[in-house]
Amino acid sequence: MNDHAGSLLTEKRKRTQDLYLRFLIFLCASFTVLLLAGIIVYVLMAGMHRVSWSFLTSVTSVLKGTVGIAGNIVNTVMIIFMTAVIATPVGVGAAIYLNEYARPGKLVDGIEFATETLSGIPSIIFGLFGMMFFGQTLGLGYSLLTGSLTLILMVLPLITRNTQEALKTVPDSYRHGAVGLGAGKWHTIRTILLPSAMPGIITGVILAIGRIVGESAALLFTAGSAKALPRTIGDLFPKVFQSGGTMTIQLYLSATSEGDFETAFGIAVVLLLLVFLINLGTKSLAANFDVTRKK
Amino acid sequence: MKSRAKRNLVEATAGYIFAICAVIAIFAVCSITAYMITKGTPAFSTVGVSELLFGMRWEPTAAKPAYGIFYIIISSILGTGGSILLGVPVGLLTAVFLTEVADKRLAALVQPAVELLAAIPSVIYGLLGLMILNPAMYKLEKLIFTGSSGHQFTGGSNLLCAVIVLAIMILPTVVNVSASSIRAVPDELRAASLALGASKIQTIFKVTIPAAKSGIMTGVVLGIGRALGEAMAINMVAGGSVNFPLPFNSVRFLTTQLVSEMGYAEGTHRQVLFAVGLVLYIFIMLVNFALQKMRKEAAGHE
Repeated sequence: MNDHAGSLLTEKRKRTQDLYLRFLIFLCASFTVLLLAGIIVYVLMAGMHRVSWSFLTSVTSVLKGTVGIAGNIVNTVMIIFMTAVIATPVGVGAAIYLNEYARPGKLVDGIEFATETLSGIPSIIFGLFGMMFFGQTLGLGYSLLTGSLTLILMVLPLITRNTQEALKTVPDSYRHGAVGLGAGKWHTIRTILLPSAMPGIITGVILAIGRIVGESAALLFTAGSAKALPRTIGDLFPKVFQSGGTMTIQLYLSATSEGDFETAFGIAVVLLLLVFLINLGTKSLAANFDVTRKK
Repeated sequence: MKSRAKRNLVEATAGYIFAICAVIAIFAVCSITAYMITKGTPAFSTVGVSELLFGMRWEPTAAKPAYGIFYIIISSILGTGGSILLGVPVGLLTAVFLTEVADKRLAALVQPAVELLAAIPSVIYGLLGLMILNPAMYKLEKLIFTGSSGHQFTGGSNLLCAVIVLAIMILPTVVNVSASSIRAVPDELRAASLALGASKIQTIFKVTIPAAKSGIMTGVVLGIGRALGEAMAINMVAGGSVNFPLPFNSVRFLTTQLVSEMGYAEGTHRQVLFAVGLVLYIFIMLVNFALQKMRKEAAGHE
C-alpha cells in the first residue's frame, strides 16, 4: 500500500520534472529564434531610412553635405577580390596535396595541425601579425594589400577544409577509371576531380567571402580606415597600396569615435543583407554537394 | 617520346606546386608564433615579469608609468567563463530541441536562425549591445548604486554587457557542435532507455546527453576559444578603463586592450601591448591544443 503510494508520488514528480525541462528546452529554442528576429527588426527599423541610392553611391563629405559609404564598399570589394584570387588556388592546392598526393606521415600531420591551428587563431592576432609582418617588415604600411595578405592566412583553412570534404565525396572509382585509361595524376585532377569537387570549392570560397565581409579586428591595423573613393578606374590600382576601411570598419568608427549611429545602422542594414545572401548562396550550393547524387 | 618527357615534367611540377601550397599553412603558423614571441617578450625584461603579469596598476601615459596587466588577464578569464556559463546551457538546450524534440517544421525554423546568428558580423553585435544593452544596464546601475560612494558610474558599459554579448556570439558554435554530437548518438541507446520505462525527457538528460558528452565538451572548448578571441563587439560595450572585473565595472580584455590602444601606443607602452598579444596567443594555443587532443580522442573511439 505504502509502496504503491510512493511509486505514484515519484511518478508524479517525474512528470512535473519532465514538464519543467520540456518548457526550458522550448524557452531556449524560442530565445534563439526571437533573438535573430529581434536583431533583424531592430537593425532594419534603425537603419532602413538611412539606406538610399545616394548613401550607397557617395562619400561622406562635410563640404558637399553628403553621407555615404561608396568608398567603403569599393574597399570591401577590392579586399574580397584580392583575398579570394590568392587564397582560392593556394587553399585548393593544399587540399589536393593532402587528399591526392600525400602519404600519411609527419608532414601531413604537421599540415593538418597547422591548418587546424590557423582556423583557431582569433582575427585580432592575425591583425597584429599582419601589421608587424606585412605592414612593417615588408613595408606595405596600412594598405588594402596588407589587409588582403592578412586575410588570406585567415580564410585559407576554410577553403582547404571545404575542398578536402568535396574531394572525399568523389568516389575512388572515378580515380581508378582515369588512371586505368592512362591519365596522369595531374590530368585526372584537372579533368575529373576538380570539376566534380567544384560545388564544394565554391562553397568554401563563398564562406570565405562571408568571413571577409564581416571581418573587422584583422583589418583595423592592416588596411586602416580611409574612405576616399577612387575617381577613375585607373585610380583603382594605386589604391591597392593605400589605406582603405571596409564597411565593418566604418560601422565601428561611426558607432564609436564618430558617434554617428544613423550611418552605423545604415551600414548594418547593408551588411545584414549581404551576409544573408551569402548564407543563402552556400545553402543552395550545399544541396548539390555530393557528385554521386548529381545526374 | 618527347611529349612523354614533357608530360612527366608537368606531372612532377604539379605535385611540387601542390606540396608548396600545403606547406604554406605550416609556414604561416610558424611565422605568427615567431613574431608573437619576438615582439611580445621584450616588455617582460623592460617592465619585469611579475610587475607586468601581476601588477594591478595600468597607467601607461602617467608621468611615472605602470604597466600591470593583471586585471586585464582576469577580466578576459572571467568574461569568457561568464559567457560560457550563460551561453552553453541555452545552446545545449537549443541543440536538444533541434535534434530530439522539434518536428521537421519547427527544426526548419530554428536551424536557419542559428546559422544566420553565426553569420552576423561582430561589429553589428557590438552596435546593438551599445544601443540596447548599455542603456538598460545604466538604469540597473543607477538603481543599485545610488548613494553608494565606492562605485564609479560607467554609463552601462560594463563586464555584464560584454558577458551577455559574448554568450550570444558563442551560441551558434555551441548549438551546432552539440547538435551534431547528439545526432551521432546511436538510436539503440534511446530505444533501450525508453523500453526500460524512462520518459522521453529522462532519456534525453540521462542517456543521450551523457553519451554525447565528449562532443558537447568540444563545443564548449570551441566556444571558449571564440569568446577569448573576440575583440570588436566587446570593445564597443565593455567600457574603456582597466578595472577589477566586477559585474558593473568598466573593464578591458586582452583583445580590447589591443584594439583600443594599438593605434597610438609608443615605446614601452607599445611593447607591453605586444606582450598582451603574446599572453592572448598563449591562451588561444592552450585552447587549440586541448581541442585537437579531444578531437583525436574522439576519432580514436570510433
